[in-house]
Amino acid sequence: MKSPEGLHFKTSLMILLMVIFGPLGDILLGKGMKKIPAMASWAPADVFHFFFAAFTSPTVWLGIGSLLTFFIAYMVVLSWADYSYVQPASALSYGLIAVLAYAVLHEVISPTRWAGVLMICFGVLVVGHTSPRTTPNTGSTTSAAITPRAAERAS
Amino acid sequence: MTQAIFFVLIIFPGTGGEICVSRAMKTIGEVTDFRPHAIARFIGRALAVPWMWIGVAMMAMGFFALLGMLSVANVSFVFPATALSYAVGALGGKIFLGEKVTPQRWIGVLIVCLGVALVFIGKR
Repeated sequence: MKSPEGLHFKTSLMILLMVIFGPLGDILLGKGMKKIPAMASWAPADVFHFFFAAFTSPTVWLGIGSLLTFFIAYMVVLSWADYSYVQPASALSYGLIAVLAYAVLHEVISPTRWAGVLMICFGVLVVGHTSPRTTPNTGSTTSAAITPRAAERAS
Repeated sequence: MTQAIFFVLIIFPGTGGEICVSRAMKTIGEVTDFRPHAIARFIGRALAVPWMWIGVAMMAMGFFALLGMLSVANVSFVFPATALSYAVGALGGKIFLGEKVTPQRWIGVLIVCLGVALVFIGKR
């Protein structure tokens, strides 16, 4: 996928995964941890029970899975795209959280917050019209193993 | 003073960590094969790059500083202030990763900064 359209497409796809799975992981992890009784003390038995309860909760595992998906998408997109492109674009997650809070949880969103969401979307649109990659491509991970010279070039 | 130290620790190691992770990924090269085993191999290679671990350690430092900051300052101040990390990130990308941050990208980044600050101010 060497064309600019292809580059934009796969970059947008990875950012979409980040925007969905990042906040979803936070929410699931928060929800899962709230269901677990607080740690009674720092005694080894209490610490063990706390972690046992956390790591046997399906919600916690769904949260961990979502956050892992987010981080893998983040790593993958950074293998070709600029950090200064990915970072502002991932702020779209704030917009998604506001829309979900309004539509699913029926929360009241203040006009200031909506203004912020619109501003983020506009900012991301402006950043999105720049090229996702402005540095030389260091080659594909699948075509060949990384050579010390390639690593040197990249750094 | 404590707040200022936490603030610096949130913005610089937090963003610096992400820049290190980005550097590690650029060292490995562009992912072109999205099959699960290829992605797993890619992750394995990423974990062997020292920049990756430096980045993760710095991001952890930024996260703990955020927790510390939240214990001494109001949420309504902390989160809008951290929107500054988007501007620092663009500057870091330009200086440390050699990215070409065009005026258009700068404008977009600054609009995002303001938007994130407004989202948190509006949250109250």
